[in-house]
Amino acid sequence: MTETTKTTIGTDSSAGPITRFLRATEIDTRLLGMFGALLLIWVGFHVYGEVFKGGGSFLTPRNLWNLSVQTASIGIMATGMVLVIITRNIDLSVGAILGVTGMIMGLFQVEWMPQYVGLGSPLIWIFAVLLGITMGALIGAFHGWLIAYRGIPSFIVTLGGLLIWRGAAFLSANGRTISPVDATFQLLGGGPYGSVGAVGSWIVGILACVAILFMLWSGRQSRKRHDFPLRPMWAEIFMAALACGLVIGSVLLVNAYPWPKGILKQQNLPEDAFVSHGFAIPVLIMLAVAILMTILMTKTRFGRYVFAIGGNPEAAALAGINVKWMTLKIFSLMGALAGLSAVVASARLNSATNALGLLDELYVIAAAVIGGTSLAGGVGTIYGAILGAFVMQSLQTGMVLIGFDSALQQIVVGTVLVLAVYLDNIYRAKTK
Amino acid sequence: MHKHTGTPLVELRDISISFGGIKAVDHVSVDLYPGEVVGLLGHNGAGKSTLIKCLSGAYQKDAGEIMINGQKVEITNPRDARHHNIETIYQTLALADNLNAASNLFLGRELVTAGGFVDEARMEAETRKIMGRLNPNFRKFNVPVSALSGGQRQSVAIARAVYFNAKILIMDEPTAALGPHETQMVAELIGELKKQGLGIFLIEHDIHAVMDLCDRAVVMKNGQRVGCVNVGDVTDDDILGMIIMGKKPPQAY
Repeated sequence: MTETTKTTIGTDSSAGPITRFLRATEIDTRLLGMFGALLLIWVGFHVYGEVFKGGGSFLTPRNLWNLSVQTASIGIMATGMVLVIITRNIDLSVGAILGVTGMIMGLFQVEWMPQYVGLGSPLIWIFAVLLGITMGALIGAFHGWLIAYRGIPSFIVTLGGLLIWRGAAFLSANGRTISPVDATFQLLGGGPYGSVGAVGSWIVGILACVAILFMLWSGRQSRKRHDFPLRPMWAEIFMAALACGLVIGSVLLVNAYPWPKGILKQQNLPEDAFVSHGFAIPVLIMLAVAILMTILMTKTRFGRYVFAIGGNPEAAALAGINVKWMTLKIFSLMGALAGLSAVVASARLNSATNALGLLDELYVIAAAVIGGTSLAGGVGTIYGAILGAFVMQSLQTGMVLIGFDSALQQIVVGTVLVLAVYLDNIYRAKTK
Repeated sequence: MHKHTGTPLVELRDISISFGGIKAVDHVSVDLYPGEVVGLLGHNGAGKSTLIKCLSGAYQKDAGEIMINGQKVEITNPRDARHHNIETIYQTLALADNLNAASNLFLGRELVTAGGFVDEARMEAETRKIMGRLNPNFRKFNVPVSALSGGQRQSVAIARAVYFNAKILIMDEPTAALGPHETQMVAELIGELKKQGLGIFLIEHDIHAVMDLCDRAVVMKNGQRVGCVNVGDVTDDDILGMIIMGKKPPQAY
C-alpha cells in the first residue's frame, strides 16, 4: 500500500484549487464546458418562457423526455460521423440513406412481408430492422469503395449519394407514404408503449451505476498494477458520486413523466393512475450505440487506427495499417448507423415517407462538430457528438416552445454552429 | 578493413523502379552486413530514399531482387518488411501527431488483452521501460507527440525500431530536425545499436555525419550507383566528388 501512495495526481500545491480539483479528478474541461453550454440553453429557454410566455415549459419531465427521443436519430448517426470526420472525410449522404432505407423497410413490412408470414408476425420487425441496417451498411460500403479504391473525394461521392438515394427513396414507392408500420416495429420509435416503464428504468439505472463503479475500480487496479500515478481517493469517490448521481437523476426524470389520460383510458386504467414512461426505447438504442462506439474508438485497434489515419495518413500506412480498407469499413459503419436511425425515425412517425431524414446530414455534421470533432482530422469523441446532438435538438425544441418561427430558428442554429466551432478553436489554442 | 565474408544481412540486387517513365532507381545493387553502418549518399532526387523504400515496403520495385540472409524475399508492404525485422525511421518521422508516445510506438502492433482490447496500461508501461533506456529524461507519456520537441519525437521513432528487435534499421536523415545535443544522442545510439549487431542503412546529407558514423558509403546520382567506398580509406573530398561530379576515386568499387 505504501508504494502506491507515493504518487498521486493533482497534489502539487502550486496550482489553484480549481486547477488542482480538475487535475485530480481528470475531468475533461471541454466536456465540462459542453455540459455548461447545454444547461445554459435549457435554463435560458425555461426562463424566457417563464418571463415572456407566462410559464416555463422547457425544464419539465415531459419536454426533456421528448427532447431525448427527438435526439435519438441524429445522435445515433453523429457517433458514426465522428469516425468519418476524424479520418478527414465527410458524409453528406446520411440523411438520404436514412430516407431510402426507411422507405424500403416500410415497404418490406407493410406491402411485402405480411402476405408471406401474416400481419403482426414477429419475423416482420426483426427482418425489417436487419434489412435496414444491412442495406445502410452496403450503401455506405459502396461509397467507401468509391472513395478509398477509386480515389473520388468523399465530398463528391456523398454529395452524389445525397441526390441519388433521396431520388431512390421517392421512386421506391412513387412518392407514397407507407403507413402504419408493424406494431412491434413502432415500439422502437418511443411513445408510451415504446418505453421501458419505471421498473425497467430503475434496472437500467442500477446496471449503469454498477458498470460505472466497476470501471472506476478496474481502472484504479490497472494503474496500481503498473505503478502509474493514482487519483486521490476523494476524487475517485467524487467521480463515482457524480456519474451515478447523473444516472439516477435521469431515471427519476423519465419516471416523473406519466402516461397521458388517453393512453390510460386505452389500457382501461383509472384516470388518476400514475404510470411512468421511463426511458424510451430509441433513447436506450442511442445509449447502447454510444457505449459500443466509445468502446470501439477507445479500446480496440480499429479505433486506434481511425485516430492514427486522421492524425497522419502517411504514418498510418507506413505502420502497416490498410488505410483504404479502413476507409471502406468506416463508411460502411456510418451507413449501418444511418439504417438504424431510419428504424428509429420511421418507427417514431409510424410511417415511412420519402422526406424522412431530409437535411439530417447537416444536423449530424453539426452535432459532431459542436461536440468537438475537428474537421482537420484526428480529434473527436463519441460523447461529444451525443452532447452536440442534444445541443442542436435543445435549440430547436426550445425555439418551438417559445414560438420562434422557422426562419428565425435557422438563423439561430446557424449562428450557434459557427460560434461553437470558433469558441472551440480558442479553447484549443489556449490549452495547447 | 571491411573485407566481409559470409552472407550479407541484406542484399539489394539490380533494383529498378520508375515513376511515369522516369527511372528513379536504375539497376542499383547495395549490400549490408551485421554490425555495419552503410551510408547512402547523393543529391536530392538521386534516388536513395526511393531505393530504400523498396526495402521498407513503402514502394514496390519494378525489377531486381531483395535477399535477406541469403534468402530471396518479396516485400510488398510495410508489414512484410516488419516480418523480416526491418524497421524504418523516416525523415518525416512517420508519427501520428494526435496520439501519445505509447500509441505511436505500438502503432499497427498494439498489445491487446485476452479480450482483444487494446492494453493501454501495458503499452504505456513498456514505453516507459524502453524510453528509460533510450532517453531517460523523457517524461511526456500522456500527451500527443505534437507536444514533443524534435529530439523527443525522434527518440519515440527510434524506440519503435529498438523495441521490436530490428535486425535491419533504415534511418532516413535521422538528425535533420535535431539540435546539436540531440544529434549527439542519436550518434551514440547508432554506435550502440551497431555493437548489438544490427545492420543500419543511413541516408544522410551531412558529409561529416557520414564520416563519423558510417563504415561504408554508397553514392547515387540520377538514379544510378556511382560507387561504394570504405569511409576509412577516403577523404570527405573524395566522397563529395562522387556526389557532385559522379567521379569515382580509385579506392571505390
